[in-house]
Amino acid sequence: MGKVIVVTSGKGGVGKTTSSAALGAALAHKGDRVVIVDFDVGLRNLDLVMGAERRVVYDLVNVIQGEAKLSQALIRDKRLETLFLLPASQTRDKDALTPSGVETVITELKRVFDWVICDSPAGIERGATLAMRHADIAVVVTNPEVSSVRDSDRIIGLLDAKTVKAEQGERIEKHLLLTRYDSNRAERGDMLKVDDVLEILSIPLIGIIPESMDVLRASNIGAPVTLADARSAPAMAYFDAARRLAGEVLPITIPGEKRGIFGKIFGRKAA
Amino acid sequence: MTKVLTDARSIRIKGRSFLAVVLSPDLPFDDWLARLDDLAARSAGFFLGRPVVLDVTDLPIDRAQLKELLGEFSQRNVSIMGIEGARPSILGQGMPPALKGGRPVSDEAVAKEPVIELQNSSADSKPAAIESRQPLQSIIIREPVRSGQSVIFPEGDVTVIGSVASGAEIIAGGSVHIYGTLRGRAMAGSIGNASARIFCRKMEAELLAIDGVYKMAEDMAPSLRGKPVQLWLEGDTIMAETLI
Ligand SMILES: Nc1ncnc2c1ncn2[C@@H]1O[C@H](COP(=O)(O)OP(=O)(O)OP(=O)(O)O)[C@@H](O)[C@H]1O
Ligand SMILES: [Mg+2]
Repeated sequence: MGKVIVVTSGKGGVGKTTSSAALGAALAHKGDRVVIVDFDVGLRNLDLVMGAERRVVYDLVNVIQGEAKLSQALIRDKRLETLFLLPASQTRDKDALTPSGVETVITELKRVFDWVICDSPAGIERGATLAMRHADIAVVVTNPEVSSVRDSDRIIGLLDAKTVKAEQGERIEKHLLLTRYDSNRAERGDMLKVDDVLEILSIPLIGIIPESMDVLRASNIGAPVTLADARSAPAMAYFDAARRLAGEVLPITIPGEKRGIFGKIFGRKAA
Repeated sequence: MTKVLTDARSIRIKGRSFLAVVLSPDLPFDDWLARLDDLAARSAGFFLGRPVVLDVTDLPIDRAQLKELLGEFSQRNVSIMGIEGARPSILGQGMPPALKGGRPVSDEAVAKEPVIELQNSSADSKPAAIESRQPLQSIIIREPVRSGQSVIFPEGDVTVIGSVASGAEIIAGGSVHIYGTLRGRAMAGSIGNASARIFCRKMEAELLAIDGVYKMAEDMAPSLRGKPVQLWLEGDTIMAETLI
């Protein structure tokens, strides 16, 4: 049975879709079977980031409404055999996603794939709560600034209340992915410090992704950054984060700093 | 003549409890409203969607003045669910209903939603301070209180082992103890208890209240920020000091 990961944030534009694609490709790169599901109905863009926009025939809503089989809607990545995309509908409205439909699709995907990655829309409304509903693991994407951190805190509260796991009295595994970290701005002090973000959110960190032009370049050629340029700084940070997701213990370094913050992170009690 | 009931189904009447915020304006209203605006501006959304009761006991105002005051509230999107302590002569059409006999709560549940009892009592007298006063209770929360969450416990003390996020709130009938950073709002003695206190390991609060007396972040001495702090009430003033 595969694991379901929700990539979520509350705030928009912090890097959920970028991270879903990059982590998905990194996991598939080591041979795991991965599907990335776009839950952003009406505003899909995972297909663009993955370079599959011209191959979308059916989408998640078609599957839920019985207009297409799951196998017809899945798009296999051109570069990685084991990487798939389940696109969102660009035309339907959000109410087309039903809780029971989502449950059926996720259950079926879990049977076939090692990882089911749900790219959540921004906000705390229906789309976001449906994306997190069946998750085993949450990747909370946060930028080092106050409003993003506060929204992430809100999302963590929802993860502990509104997921199937939470309702069954279990704990959903939560990880913090700090993205768009700008070491120049950090030096000048006009960004929240990594320590402060960790103190506020008190969930374990799985990676710090630097702000980088490589991300933009990758999305312009329609490839997850981990496939576009595997040696770039953001790609390497995503590869490490993917290994941590899979259970490996690796030290984390803050971009621009030599000192590892390994001890601190693992000494911290997860909430 | 007898009226025949054709529908045998009975009407269900249920009770519901809410914790209402009570506002007791004083004269002149302009000054009081300015202070209210100040509070509202600095505690974003505090009054939004919250049941508010207007207490006008002992205010020498007439119907026109009350009407004007209600207009001021609706302009501010504060919806008044009822008016307490008003002489019948100043109430008029289109005003919120008169409320009587509101009283402190002793609801069992730790509600995620605001709770107060609006009890139906025919007597005009204020209910005698709860006769068989129950021993103060306490609850302990072992995880961070996240933005958007509220913990409401009118029965007694609330202890949080963890932080209270910006945008989260703790409302306790007794004292509030935060073994972590207090970034959100904390209200102690919320149903009338001037001896309640607020303690936290690290003070970054947005709003503090004891027994209805408020203090905002900006009102606090900068030297308290980030420190372990306790707050208590002396008369109508919230006092604060660092804990070693
Ligand atoms: N590490 C990074 N460095 C530079 N730019 C980045 C980085 N991560 C994301 N971006 C850019 O930020 C923008 C938003 O990213 P993305 O679409 O992944 O966010 P999102 O959280 O999915 O947004 P939405 O809430 O709209 O779904 C994109 O233009 C993306 O290229
Ligand atoms: Mg997105």
